[in-house]
Amino acid sequence: MSRLRHRLKKTPFGLMIVIAFFVLGVIGPWIAPYDPLMIDLAHEYESPSWTHLLGTGDNGIDILSALLYGARLAAIVGIVVVGISVVIGTILGAWAGYFGRLTDHVITGIADLVQAFPAIVLNIAVLALVARPGLIHLIVALAVNGWVLYARLARAETLSLREREFVEAARALGIPTNQVLRRHVIPNLLGPLVIQATTGLGVVILAESTLSFLGLGPGKAVSWGALLDQGTSVLLRFPHVALFSGGAIALTVLGFNLTGDWLRDRLDPRLR
Amino acid sequence: MSPGLVRYLAGRLLRALLTVVGLVTIVFLLVRLIPGDPVEAILGDQAGPEEKAELRRSLNLDRPIAEQYVSFFGEMLDGTMGTSFRKPDRSVWSLVREVFPYTIVLALAALLVAWFVAIPLGTIAAAQASRAWDKVASTVAVAGLAIPNIWLGPLLILGFGVKLRWLPLPGDDLAGPEALILPAITIGTALAAVLTRQTRAAMIDVLQQQYITAARARGVPSFALLLRHALRNALLPVMTIGAAQLGALLSGTVVTEKIFERPGLGTLFLESFFARDIPVVQGCVLIIAVIYVGVNLIVDLAYGLVDPRVRLS
Repeated sequence: MSRLRHRLKKTPFGLMIVIAFFVLGVIGPWIAPYDPLMIDLAHEYESPSWTHLLGTGDNGIDILSALLYGARLAAIVGIVVVGISVVIGTILGAWAGYFGRLTDHVITGIADLVQAFPAIVLNIAVLALVARPGLIHLIVALAVNGWVLYARLARAETLSLREREFVEAARALGIPTNQVLRRHVIPNLLGPLVIQATTGLGVVILAESTLSFLGLGPGKAVSWGALLDQGTSVLLRFPHVALFSGGAIALTVLGFNLTGDWLRDRLDPRLR
Repeated sequence: MSPGLVRYLAGRLLRALLTVVGLVTIVFLLVRLIPGDPVEAILGDQAGPEEKAELRRSLNLDRPIAEQYVSFFGEMLDGTMGTSFRKPDRSVWSLVREVFPYTIVLALAALLVAWFVAIPLGTIAAAQASRAWDKVASTVAVAGLAIPNIWLGPLLILGFGVKLRWLPLPGDDLAGPEALILPAITIGTALAAVLTRQTRAAMIDVLQQQYITAARARGVPSFALLLRHALRNALLPVMTIGAAQLGALLSGTVVTEKIFERPGLGTLFLESFFARDIPVVQGCVLIIAVIYVGVNLIVDLAYGLVDPRVRLS
Protein backbone atom coordinates (compact mmCIF):
# COMPACT_ATOMS: atom_id res chain seq x y z
CA MET A 1 0.00 0.00 0.00
CA SER A 2 2.69 2.46 0.97
CA ARG A 3 4.55 1.71 -2.24
CA LEU A 4 1.45 2.45 -4.22
CA ARG A 5 1.02 5.69 -2.35
CA HIS A 6 4.64 6.56 -3.01
CA ARG A 7 4.20 5.82 -6.71
CA LEU A 8 1.03 7.95 -6.81
CA LYS A 9 2.81 10.85 -5.16
CA LYS A 10 5.47 10.77 -7.84
CA THR A 11 2.97 10.57 -10.69
CA PRO A 12 2.43 14.04 -12.09
CA PHE A 13 -1.06 15.52 -11.94
CA GLY A 14 -1.43 15.70 -15.71
CA LEU A 15 -0.56 12.05 -16.20
CA MET A 16 -3.11 11.04 -13.54
CA ILE A 17 -5.82 12.90 -15.47
CA VAL A 18 -4.76 11.21 -18.70
CA ILE A 19 -4.78 7.75 -17.12
CA ALA A 20 -8.16 8.38 -15.48
CA PHE A 21 -9.50 9.60 -18.81
CA PHE A 22 -8.47 6.47 -20.69
CA VAL A 23 -9.62 4.12 -17.90
CA LEU A 24 -13.02 5.82 -17.85
CA GLY A 25 -13.11 5.74 -21.64
CA VAL A 26 -12.73 1.96 -21.53
CA ILE A 27 -14.87 1.03 -18.53
CA GLY A 28 -17.16 4.10 -18.51
CA PRO A 29 -20.12 2.54 -20.29
CA TRP A 30 -20.09 -0.40 -17.83
CA ILE A 31 -20.02 1.69 -14.69
CA ALA A 32 -22.44 4.32 -15.97
CA PRO A 33 -25.53 4.22 -13.73
CA TYR A 34 -28.01 4.91 -16.57
CA ASP A 35 -28.36 4.62 -20.32
CA PRO A 36 -27.22 8.08 -21.48
CA LEU A 37 -30.01 8.26 -24.04
CA MET A 38 -32.77 7.24 -21.63
CA ILE A 39 -35.54 9.80 -21.73
CA ASP A 40 -37.11 10.75 -18.41
CA LEU A 41 -39.17 13.86 -18.99
CA ALA A 42 -40.41 14.01 -15.41
CA HIS A 43 -36.88 14.68 -14.19
CA GLU A 44 -35.55 17.12 -16.78
CA TYR A 45 -32.74 19.48 -15.76
CA GLU A 46 -32.55 18.40 -12.13
CA SER A 47 -29.68 19.62 -9.98
CA PRO A 48 -27.21 17.03 -8.66
CA SER A 49 -28.72 14.59 -6.16
CA TRP A 50 -28.04 11.07 -4.85
CA THR A 51 -30.07 9.49 -7.66
CA HIS A 52 -28.32 11.59 -10.31
CA LEU A 53 -24.88 12.51 -8.99
CA LEU A 54 -24.28 15.24 -11.57
CA GLY A 55 -27.94 16.02 -12.19
CA THR A 56 -29.94 15.55 -15.36
CA GLY A 57 -29.99 17.35 -18.68
CA ASP A 58 -32.09 17.69 -21.79
CA ASN A 59 -34.93 15.09 -21.80
CA GLY A 60 -33.89 14.03 -18.30
CA ILE A 61 -30.73 12.19 -19.34
CA ASP A 62 -28.27 11.38 -16.54
CA ILE A 63 -25.27 13.70 -16.99
CA LEU A 64 -22.73 11.45 -15.27
CA SER A 65 -23.64 8.59 -17.62
CA ALA A 66 -23.51 10.89 -20.64
CA LEU A 67 -20.06 12.13 -19.60
CA LEU A 68 -18.80 8.55 -19.18
CA TYR A 69 -20.02 7.56 -22.65
CA GLY A 70 -18.66 10.84 -24.00
CA ALA A 71 -15.22 9.97 -22.62
CA ARG A 72 -15.24 6.87 -24.81
CA LEU A 73 -16.12 8.86 -27.93
CA ALA A 74 -13.45 11.45 -27.15
CA ALA A 75 -10.86 8.71 -26.56
CA ILE A 76 -11.73 6.89 -29.80
CA VAL A 77 -11.70 10.05 -31.91
CA GLY A 78 -8.49 11.23 -30.26
CA ILE A 79 -6.58 7.99 -30.72
CA VAL A 80 -7.78 7.29 -34.26
CA VAL A 81 -7.24 10.84 -35.52
CA VAL A 82 -3.83 11.20 -33.90
CA GLY A 83 -2.88 7.70 -35.11
CA ILE A 84 -3.80 8.47 -38.73
CA SER A 85 -2.18 11.91 -38.52
CA VAL A 86 1.08 10.58 -37.09
CA VAL A 87 1.37 7.82 -39.70
CA ILE A 88 0.59 10.05 -42.68
CA GLY A 89 2.56 12.97 -41.28
CA THR A 90 5.63 10.88 -40.50
CA ILE A 91 5.75 9.25 -43.93
CA LEU A 92 5.20 12.48 -45.86
CA GLY A 93 7.54 14.44 -43.59
CA ALA A 94 10.29 11.82 -43.86
CA TRP A 95 9.93 11.78 -47.66
CA ALA A 96 10.06 15.56 -47.85
CA GLY A 97 13.13 15.74 -45.64
CA TYR A 98 14.95 12.79 -47.17
CA PHE A 99 14.36 13.34 -50.88
CA GLY A 100 14.28 17.16 -50.83
CA ARG A 101 13.81 19.01 -54.14
CA LEU A 102 10.46 18.51 -55.85
CA THR A 103 9.08 16.04 -53.29
CA ASP A 104 9.86 18.52 -50.55
CA HIS A 105 8.32 21.43 -52.46
CA VAL A 106 5.09 19.56 -53.17
CA ILE A 107 4.62 18.23 -49.63
CA THR A 108 5.60 21.49 -47.93
CA GLY A 109 3.37 23.36 -50.39
CA ILE A 110 0.35 21.23 -49.50
CA ALA A 111 1.12 21.63 -45.81
CA ASP A 112 1.31 25.42 -46.23
CA LEU A 113 -2.01 25.45 -48.06
CA VAL A 114 -3.76 23.38 -45.40
CA GLN A 115 -2.42 25.74 -42.78
CA ALA A 116 -3.67 28.73 -44.72
CA PHE A 117 -7.12 27.84 -43.38
CA PRO A 118 -7.92 28.22 -39.72
CA ALA A 119 -8.26 24.59 -38.58
CA ILE A 120 -11.90 24.70 -37.59
CA VAL A 121 -12.98 26.36 -40.82
CA LEU A 122 -11.31 23.62 -42.84
CA ASN A 123 -12.96 20.95 -40.67
CA ILE A 124 -16.38 22.47 -41.20
CA ALA A 125 -15.73 22.81 -44.94
CA VAL A 126 -14.98 19.08 -45.14
CA LEU A 127 -18.03 18.16 -43.04
CA ALA A 128 -20.19 20.37 -45.27
CA LEU A 129 -19.67 17.88 -48.08
CA VAL A 130 -21.62 15.01 -46.59
CA ALA A 131 -25.35 14.89 -46.01
CA ARG A 132 -25.26 13.49 -42.48
CA PRO A 133 -21.85 13.77 -40.82
CA GLY A 134 -21.03 10.62 -38.86
CA LEU A 135 -18.07 9.43 -36.82
CA ILE A 136 -16.01 8.51 -39.91
CA HIS A 137 -16.52 11.93 -41.47
CA LEU A 138 -15.57 13.63 -38.23
CA ILE A 139 -12.36 11.60 -38.10
CA VAL A 140 -11.52 12.36 -41.73
CA ALA A 141 -12.23 16.07 -41.22
CA LEU A 142 -9.92 16.22 -38.21
CA ALA A 143 -7.17 14.22 -39.92
CA VAL A 144 -7.21 16.50 -42.99
CA ASN A 145 -5.25 19.12 -41.08
CA GLY A 146 -4.00 16.91 -38.25
CA TRP A 147 -1.08 15.44 -40.20
CA VAL A 148 0.59 18.78 -40.97
CA LEU A 149 2.12 19.24 -37.53
CA TYR A 150 3.72 15.79 -37.54
CA ALA A 151 4.89 16.16 -41.15
CA ARG A 152 6.71 19.40 -40.29
CA LEU A 153 8.31 17.81 -37.27
CA ALA A 154 9.33 14.65 -39.16
CA ARG A 155 10.70 16.72 -42.04
CA ALA A 156 12.84 18.90 -39.79
CA GLU A 157 14.26 15.89 -37.94
CA THR A 158 14.88 13.95 -41.16
CA LEU A 159 16.81 16.87 -42.63
CA SER A 160 19.41 16.51 -39.90
CA LEU A 161 19.28 12.69 -39.74
CA ARG A 162 19.96 12.48 -43.48
CA GLU A 163 23.43 13.93 -42.96
CA ARG A 164 24.37 11.64 -40.08
CA GLU A 165 27.05 8.98 -40.54
CA PHE A 166 24.90 5.92 -39.91
CA VAL A 167 22.40 6.98 -42.56
CA GLU A 168 25.17 7.78 -45.01
CA ALA A 169 26.76 4.42 -44.23
CA ALA A 170 23.49 2.62 -44.90
CA ARG A 171 23.21 4.45 -48.19
CA ALA A 172 26.80 3.66 -49.10
CA LEU A 173 26.18 -0.04 -48.43
CA GLY A 174 23.55 0.06 -51.14
CA ILE A 175 20.55 -0.53 -48.89
CA PRO A 176 17.36 0.39 -50.78
CA THR A 177 15.99 3.84 -49.95
CA ASN A 178 12.75 2.46 -48.54
CA GLN A 179 14.65 0.32 -46.10
CA VAL A 180 16.94 3.18 -45.09
CA LEU A 181 13.88 5.23 -44.27
CA ARG A 182 12.09 2.44 -42.45
CA ARG A 183 15.03 1.05 -40.49
CA HIS A 184 17.27 4.03 -39.90
CA VAL A 185 15.34 7.26 -40.25
CA ILE A 186 11.79 6.74 -39.01
CA PRO A 187 12.70 4.93 -35.75
CA ASN A 188 14.78 7.95 -34.81
CA LEU A 189 11.84 10.27 -35.35
CA LEU A 190 9.61 8.52 -32.84
CA GLY A 191 10.77 10.32 -29.68
CA PRO A 192 9.78 13.85 -30.71
CA LEU A 193 6.67 12.51 -32.45
CA VAL A 194 5.43 10.82 -29.27
CA ILE A 195 5.81 14.07 -27.33
CA GLN A 196 3.96 15.98 -30.03
CA ALA A 197 1.24 13.31 -30.22
CA THR A 198 0.52 13.59 -26.49
CA THR A 199 -0.26 17.28 -26.75
CA GLY A 200 -1.93 16.50 -30.07
CA LEU A 201 -4.44 14.19 -28.36
CA GLY A 202 -5.62 17.11 -26.24
CA VAL A 203 -5.89 19.29 -29.33
CA VAL A 204 -7.98 16.69 -31.19
CA ILE A 205 -10.25 16.05 -28.21
CA LEU A 206 -10.86 19.79 -27.96
CA ALA A 207 -11.50 20.01 -31.69
CA GLU A 208 -14.00 17.14 -31.50
CA SER A 209 -15.75 18.86 -28.60
CA THR A 210 -15.79 22.16 -30.46
CA LEU A 211 -17.27 20.64 -33.62
CA SER A 212 -19.88 18.76 -31.57
CA PHE A 213 -20.59 21.98 -29.71
CA LEU A 214 -21.26 23.70 -33.03
CA GLY A 215 -23.68 20.90 -33.91
CA LEU A 216 -21.38 19.09 -36.34
CA GLY A 217 -20.61 16.04 -34.24
CA PRO A 218 -21.61 12.48 -35.06
CA GLY A 219 -25.39 12.37 -34.93
CA LYS A 220 -26.37 9.76 -32.37
CA ALA A 221 -23.25 9.45 -30.25
CA VAL A 222 -23.11 11.11 -26.85
CA SER A 223 -20.38 13.72 -26.87
CA TRP A 224 -19.12 16.24 -24.36
CA GLY A 225 -19.34 19.06 -26.85
CA ALA A 226 -22.98 18.32 -27.72
CA LEU A 227 -23.82 18.17 -24.01
CA LEU A 228 -22.09 21.53 -23.49
CA ASP A 229 -24.13 22.91 -26.39
CA GLN A 230 -27.37 21.81 -24.69
CA GLY A 231 -26.06 23.20 -21.41
CA THR A 232 -25.28 26.57 -22.97
CA SER A 233 -28.78 26.90 -24.37
CA VAL A 234 -30.25 26.51 -20.85
CA LEU A 235 -27.33 28.22 -19.12
CA LEU A 236 -29.35 30.91 -17.40
CA ARG A 237 -31.76 28.47 -15.72
CA PHE A 238 -29.78 25.23 -15.32
CA PRO A 239 -26.06 26.07 -15.25
CA HIS A 240 -24.96 22.66 -13.96
CA VAL A 241 -25.18 20.99 -17.41
CA ALA A 242 -22.67 23.40 -18.99
CA LEU A 243 -20.47 23.48 -15.88
CA PHE A 244 -19.94 19.70 -15.72
CA SER A 245 -19.62 18.98 -19.44
CA GLY A 246 -17.31 21.95 -20.05
CA GLY A 247 -15.33 21.03 -16.95
CA ALA A 248 -14.76 17.52 -18.30
CA ILE A 249 -13.41 18.94 -21.57
CA ALA A 250 -11.19 21.51 -19.84
CA LEU A 251 -9.76 19.01 -17.36
CA THR A 252 -8.95 16.48 -20.07
CA VAL A 253 -7.27 19.04 -22.32
CA LEU A 254 -5.28 20.34 -19.34
CA GLY A 255 -4.20 16.78 -18.52
CA PHE A 256 -2.83 16.15 -22.01
CA ASN A 257 -1.08 19.53 -22.10
CA LEU A 258 0.63 18.94 -18.76
CA THR A 259 1.59 15.41 -19.73
CA GLY A 260 3.05 16.62 -23.03
CA ASP A 261 5.16 19.21 -21.19
CA TRP A 262 6.23 16.61 -18.65
CA LEU A 263 7.26 14.14 -21.36
CA ARG A 264 9.17 16.86 -23.18
CA ASP A 265 11.13 17.70 -20.04
CA ARG A 266 11.93 14.06 -19.41
CA LEU A 267 12.58 12.73 -22.91
CA ASP A 268 14.12 15.62 -24.77
CA PRO A 269 17.82 15.59 -23.85
CA ARG A 270 18.32 19.02 -25.37
CA LEU A 271 16.26 20.58 -22.59
CA ARG A 272 18.28 19.05 -19.77
CA MET B 1 13.40 51.61 -52.69
CA SER B 2 16.42 49.40 -52.97
CA PRO B 3 16.36 46.47 -55.41
CA GLY B 4 16.56 44.03 -52.50
CA LEU B 5 13.43 45.47 -50.95
CA VAL B 6 11.58 45.41 -54.26
CA ARG B 7 12.53 41.79 -54.80
CA TYR B 8 11.39 40.91 -51.28
CA LEU B 9 8.04 42.65 -51.69
CA ALA B 10 7.43 41.14 -55.12
CA GLY B 11 8.33 37.65 -53.94
CA ARG B 12 6.07 37.88 -50.92
CA LEU B 13 3.19 39.25 -53.01
CA LEU B 14 3.55 36.47 -55.56
CA ARG B 15 3.52 33.84 -52.84
CA ALA B 16 0.35 35.26 -51.30
CA LEU B 17 -1.29 35.31 -54.72
CA LEU B 18 -0.31 31.69 -55.34
CA THR B 19 -1.69 30.72 -51.94
CA VAL B 20 -5.03 32.33 -52.71
CA VAL B 21 -5.19 30.61 -56.12
CA GLY B 22 -4.33 27.34 -54.36
CA LEU B 23 -7.08 27.95 -51.80
CA VAL B 24 -9.68 28.65 -54.48
CA THR B 25 -8.61 25.42 -56.19
CA ILE B 26 -8.85 23.39 -52.98
CA VAL B 27 -12.30 24.75 -52.18
CA PHE B 28 -13.34 23.92 -55.73
CA LEU B 29 -11.93 20.39 -55.59
CA LEU B 30 -13.31 19.70 -52.12
CA VAL B 31 -16.83 20.23 -53.34
CA ARG B 32 -16.44 18.28 -56.60
CA LEU B 33 -14.10 15.42 -55.96
CA ILE B 34 -14.88 14.09 -52.53
CA PRO B 35 -17.33 11.17 -52.66
CA GLY B 36 -20.93 12.16 -52.09
CA ASP B 37 -23.07 14.18 -54.42
CA PRO B 38 -23.51 17.80 -53.33
CA VAL B 39 -26.88 17.86 -55.07
CA GLU B 40 -28.00 14.97 -52.93
CA ALA B 41 -26.53 16.61 -49.85
CA ILE B 42 -28.53 19.75 -50.58
CA LEU B 43 -31.86 18.25 -51.56
CA GLY B 44 -31.83 15.07 -49.49
CA ASP B 45 -32.98 11.62 -50.60
CA GLN B 46 -36.57 12.57 -51.29
CA ALA B 47 -36.00 14.91 -54.23
CA GLY B 48 -37.17 13.89 -57.70
CA PRO B 49 -34.79 13.49 -60.65
CA GLU B 50 -36.02 16.68 -62.34
CA GLU B 51 -35.43 18.73 -59.26
CA LYS B 52 -31.94 17.27 -59.01
CA ALA B 53 -31.16 17.92 -62.68
CA GLU B 54 -32.34 21.51 -62.27
CA LEU B 55 -30.04 22.12 -59.32
CA ARG B 56 -27.18 20.37 -61.08
CA ARG B 57 -27.62 22.78 -63.98
CA SER B 58 -27.75 25.87 -61.79
CA LEU B 59 -24.60 24.69 -60.01
CA ASN B 60 -22.89 24.05 -63.38
CA LEU B 61 -22.24 20.50 -62.22
CA ASP B 62 -23.36 19.08 -65.58
CA ARG B 63 -20.45 20.67 -67.45
CA PRO B 64 -16.89 19.35 -67.85
CA ILE B 65 -14.76 19.89 -64.78
CA ALA B 66 -12.28 22.22 -66.50
CA GLU B 67 -15.12 24.49 -67.58
CA GLN B 68 -16.55 24.43 -64.06
CA TYR B 69 -13.17 25.46 -62.73
CA VAL B 70 -12.95 28.46 -65.05
CA SER B 71 -16.47 29.65 -64.32
CA PHE B 72 -15.91 29.14 -60.58
CA PHE B 73 -12.86 31.37 -60.80
CA GLY B 74 -14.88 33.88 -62.79
CA GLU B 75 -17.50 34.03 -60.05
CA MET B 76 -14.82 34.52 -57.41
CA LEU B 77 -13.29 37.36 -59.41
CA ASP B 78 -16.38 39.23 -60.57
CA GLY B 79 -17.14 40.37 -57.05
CA THR B 80 -20.34 38.40 -56.46
CA MET B 81 -18.81 35.06 -55.40
CA GLY B 82 -21.90 33.32 -56.73
CA THR B 83 -25.50 33.38 -55.60
CA SER B 84 -26.99 32.08 -52.37
CA PHE B 85 -29.31 29.04 -52.60
CA ARG B 86 -31.47 30.18 -49.73
CA LYS B 87 -31.77 33.77 -50.91
CA PRO B 88 -31.59 33.56 -54.70
CA ASP B 89 -31.78 37.34 -55.05
CA ARG B 90 -28.63 37.87 -52.98
CA SER B 91 -25.03 37.46 -54.05
CA VAL B 92 -22.73 35.68 -51.61
CA TRP B 93 -20.56 38.77 -51.35
CA SER B 94 -23.48 40.98 -50.30
CA LEU B 95 -24.35 38.51 -47.51
CA VAL B 96 -20.75 38.38 -46.37
CA ARG B 97 -20.28 42.13 -46.47
CA GLU B 98 -23.33 42.63 -44.28
CA VAL B 99 -21.97 40.62 -41.33
CA PHE B 100 -18.28 41.20 -41.91
CA PRO B 101 -17.88 44.31 -39.68
CA TYR B 102 -19.26 42.47 -36.62
CA THR B 103 -16.58 39.79 -36.90
CA ILE B 104 -13.74 42.23 -37.53
CA VAL B 105 -14.72 44.39 -34.54
CA LEU B 106 -14.93 41.29 -32.35
CA ALA B 107 -11.54 39.99 -33.49
CA LEU B 108 -9.89 43.38 -32.93
CA ALA B 109 -11.46 43.68 -29.49
CA ALA B 110 -10.13 40.22 -28.61
CA LEU B 111 -6.68 41.26 -29.78
CA LEU B 112 -6.85 44.39 -27.60
CA VAL B 113 -7.85 42.29 -24.58
CA ALA B 114 -4.90 39.99 -25.20
CA TRP B 115 -2.40 42.85 -25.51
CA PHE B 116 -3.87 44.64 -22.53
CA VAL B 117 -3.25 41.60 -20.33
CA ALA B 118 -0.13 40.13 -21.87
CA ILE B 119 2.16 43.12 -22.35
CA PRO B 120 2.10 44.49 -18.77
CA LEU B 121 2.08 41.01 -17.23
CA GLY B 122 4.90 39.70 -19.40
CA THR B 123 6.97 42.83 -18.77
CA ILE B 124 6.62 42.68 -15.00
CA ALA B 125 7.29 38.95 -15.00
CA ALA B 126 10.51 39.44 -16.97
CA ALA B 127 11.66 42.39 -14.86
CA GLN B 128 11.55 40.34 -11.68
CA ALA B 129 12.11 36.84 -13.01
CA SER B 130 11.15 33.91 -10.76
CA ARG B 131 9.39 35.97 -8.14
CA ALA B 132 5.72 36.51 -7.31
CA TRP B 133 4.70 38.24 -10.54
CA ASP B 134 6.49 35.65 -12.59
CA LYS B 135 4.40 32.99 -10.86
CA VAL B 136 1.23 34.95 -11.63
CA ALA B 137 2.25 35.28 -15.26
CA SER B 138 3.02 31.60 -15.71
CA THR B 139 -0.24 30.62 -13.99
CA VAL B 140 -2.16 32.90 -16.33
CA ALA B 141 -0.32 31.38 -19.27
CA VAL B 142 -1.11 27.79 -18.29
CA ALA B 143 -4.72 28.42 -17.24
CA GLY B 144 -5.47 30.61 -20.24
CA LEU B 145 -4.40 27.90 -22.62
CA ALA B 146 -6.17 25.11 -20.75
CA ILE B 147 -9.65 26.65 -20.55
CA PRO B 148 -11.37 25.98 -23.88
CA ASN B 149 -13.27 28.97 -25.23
CA ILE B 150 -16.43 26.84 -25.55
CA TRP B 151 -16.39 26.60 -21.74
CA LEU B 152 -14.96 30.01 -20.89
CA GLY B 153 -17.82 31.78 -22.70
CA PRO B 154 -20.58 30.13 -20.64
CA LEU B 155 -18.54 30.62 -17.44
CA LEU B 156 -18.18 34.35 -18.12
CA ILE B 157 -21.90 34.64 -18.87
CA LEU B 158 -22.70 32.93 -15.56
CA GLY B 159 -20.26 35.03 -13.59
CA PHE B 160 -20.61 38.53 -15.02
CA GLY B 161 -24.03 38.29 -16.64
CA VAL B 162 -26.13 36.17 -14.29
CA LYS B 163 -24.50 36.46 -10.84
CA LEU B 164 -22.99 39.95 -10.91
CA ARG B 165 -25.32 41.41 -13.56
CA TRP B 166 -22.56 43.73 -14.74
CA LEU B 167 -22.72 42.91 -18.41
CA PRO B 168 -25.45 42.07 -20.91
CA LEU B 169 -26.52 38.48 -21.54
CA PRO B 170 -26.54 36.82 -24.96
CA GLY B 171 -29.52 37.94 -26.98
CA ASP B 172 -29.71 41.29 -25.19
CA ASP B 173 -29.38 44.47 -27.19
CA LEU B 174 -26.07 44.53 -29.01
CA ALA B 175 -25.88 48.29 -29.39
CA GLY B 176 -23.41 49.21 -26.66
CA PRO B 177 -19.73 48.40 -26.56
CA GLU B 178 -20.24 46.58 -23.24
CA ALA B 179 -21.83 43.72 -25.19
CA LEU B 180 -18.43 43.20 -26.76
CA ILE B 181 -16.54 42.70 -23.50
CA LEU B 182 -17.35 39.10 -22.64
CA PRO B 183 -17.05 37.76 -26.20
CA ALA B 184 -13.71 39.55 -26.56
CA ILE B 185 -12.43 38.05 -23.31
CA THR B 186 -13.63 34.60 -24.43
CA ILE B 187 -11.48 34.76 -27.55
CA GLY B 188 -8.66 36.86 -26.13
CA THR B 189 -7.78 34.72 -23.11
CA ALA B 190 -5.90 32.00 -24.98
CA LEU B 191 -4.12 34.62 -27.05
CA ALA B 192 -3.23 36.53 -23.88
CA ALA B 193 -1.65 33.35 -22.51
CA VAL B 194 0.53 32.88 -25.59
CA LEU B 195 1.49 36.56 -25.75
CA THR B 196 2.35 36.72 -22.03
CA ARG B 197 4.91 33.97 -22.58
CA GLN B 198 6.24 35.72 -25.67
CA THR B 199 6.49 39.13 -24.02
CA ARG B 200 8.28 37.64 -21.05
CA ALA B 201 10.76 35.75 -23.22
CA ALA B 202 11.40 38.77 -25.47
CA MET B 203 11.88 41.08 -22.47
CA ILE B 204 14.29 38.72 -20.75
CA ASP B 205 16.24 38.55 -23.99
CA VAL B 206 16.38 42.33 -24.39
CA LEU B 207 17.23 42.96 -20.74
CA GLN B 208 20.43 40.97 -21.17
CA GLN B 209 21.66 43.20 -24.01
CA GLN B 210 24.66 45.43 -23.43
CA TYR B 211 22.86 48.69 -24.16
CA ILE B 212 20.57 47.95 -21.21
CA THR B 213 23.59 47.46 -18.96
CA ALA B 214 25.02 50.67 -20.37
CA ALA B 215 21.80 52.57 -19.72
CA ARG B 216 21.66 51.18 -16.22
CA ALA B 217 25.25 52.27 -15.66
CA ARG B 218 24.35 55.78 -16.83
CA GLY B 219 21.81 55.82 -14.03
CA VAL B 220 18.59 55.62 -16.04
CA PRO B 221 15.79 54.97 -13.51
CA SER B 222 14.66 51.36 -13.68
CA PHE B 223 11.07 52.22 -14.64
CA ALA B 224 12.18 54.33 -17.60
CA LEU B 225 14.72 51.69 -18.48
CA LEU B 226 11.99 49.07 -18.67
CA LEU B 227 9.54 51.13 -20.68
CA ARG B 228 11.70 53.32 -22.92
CA HIS B 229 14.68 51.10 -23.55
CA ALA B 230 13.60 47.50 -23.18
CA LEU B 231 9.87 47.24 -23.93
CA ARG B 232 10.12 49.17 -27.20
CA ASN B 233 12.52 46.64 -28.61
CA ALA B 234 10.79 43.62 -27.15
CA LEU B 235 7.38 44.60 -28.50
CA LEU B 236 8.04 44.10 -32.20
CA PRO B 237 7.91 40.30 -32.11
CA VAL B 238 4.93 40.41 -29.75
CA MET B 239 2.80 42.81 -31.75
CA THR B 240 3.43 40.77 -34.86
CA ILE B 241 0.60 38.33 -34.56
CA GLY B 242 1.77 35.02 -35.89
CA ALA B 243 -0.18 32.93 -38.35
CA ALA B 244 -1.24 30.41 -35.72
CA GLN B 245 -2.62 33.10 -33.43
CA LEU B 246 -4.55 34.73 -36.24
CA GLY B 247 -6.08 31.35 -37.04
CA ALA B 248 -7.06 30.92 -33.40
CA LEU B 249 -8.57 34.40 -33.44
CA LEU B 250 -10.72 33.65 -36.49
CA SER B 251 -11.72 30.18 -35.24
CA GLY B 252 -12.55 31.82 -31.93
CA THR B 253 -15.01 34.19 -33.56
CA VAL B 254 -16.95 31.25 -35.06
CA VAL B 255 -17.40 29.65 -31.63
CA THR B 256 -17.95 32.89 -29.74
CA GLU B 257 -20.55 34.24 -32.12
CA LYS B 258 -22.55 31.09 -31.46
CA ILE B 259 -22.20 31.26 -27.66
CA PHE B 260 -23.13 34.94 -27.48
CA GLU B 261 -25.69 34.79 -30.29
CA ARG B 262 -23.93 37.50 -32.24
CA PRO B 263 -24.22 38.09 -35.97
CA GLY B 264 -21.03 37.67 -37.97
CA LEU B 265 -19.08 35.64 -40.46
CA GLY B 266 -19.08 32.57 -38.19
CA THR B 267 -22.83 32.68 -37.70
CA LEU B 268 -23.41 33.09 -41.43
CA PHE B 269 -21.01 30.21 -42.06
CA LEU B 270 -22.78 27.84 -39.66
CA GLU B 271 -26.28 28.85 -40.77
CA SER B 272 -25.34 28.25 -44.40
CA PHE B 273 -23.74 24.97 -43.44
CA PHE B 274 -26.90 23.65 -41.84
CA ALA B 275 -29.04 24.95 -44.67
CA ARG B 276 -26.68 23.31 -47.20
CA ASP B 277 -26.20 26.67 -48.87
CA ILE B 278 -22.96 25.56 -50.54
CA PRO B 279 -22.11 28.82 -52.37
CA VAL B 280 -22.26 30.79 -49.13
CA VAL B 281 -20.21 28.12 -47.31
CA GLN B 282 -17.61 28.34 -50.08
CA GLY B 283 -17.67 32.12 -49.92
CA CYS B 284 -17.19 32.17 -46.13
CA VAL B 285 -14.32 29.69 -46.30
CA LEU B 286 -12.62 31.75 -48.97
CA ILE B 287 -13.10 35.07 -47.24
CA ILE B 288 -11.69 33.72 -43.99
CA ALA B 289 -8.75 32.19 -45.86
CA VAL B 290 -8.10 35.41 -47.78
CA ILE B 291 -8.16 37.44 -44.54
CA TYR B 292 -5.69 34.97 -43.11
CA VAL B 293 -3.32 35.13 -46.07
CA GLY B 294 -3.80 38.90 -46.38
CA VAL B 295 -2.99 39.70 -42.75
CA ASN B 296 0.06 37.45 -42.86
CA LEU B 297 1.18 39.25 -45.99
CA ILE B 298 0.74 42.69 -44.45
CA VAL B 299 2.60 41.64 -41.30
CA ASP B 300 5.44 40.20 -43.39
CA LEU B 301 5.68 43.28 -45.60
CA ALA B 302 5.66 45.62 -42.62
CA TYR B 303 8.35 43.53 -41.01
CA GLY B 304 10.42 43.62 -44.19
CA LEU B 305 10.15 47.42 -44.28
CA VAL B 306 11.09 47.85 -40.63
CA ASP B 307 13.73 45.18 -40.27
CA PRO B 308 16.28 44.85 -43.10
CA ARG B 309 17.45 41.44 -41.87
CA VAL B 310 14.14 39.85 -42.87
CA ARG B 311 14.67 40.74 -46.53
CA LEU B 312 17.93 38.85 -46.75
CA SER B 313 16.73 35.53 -45.43
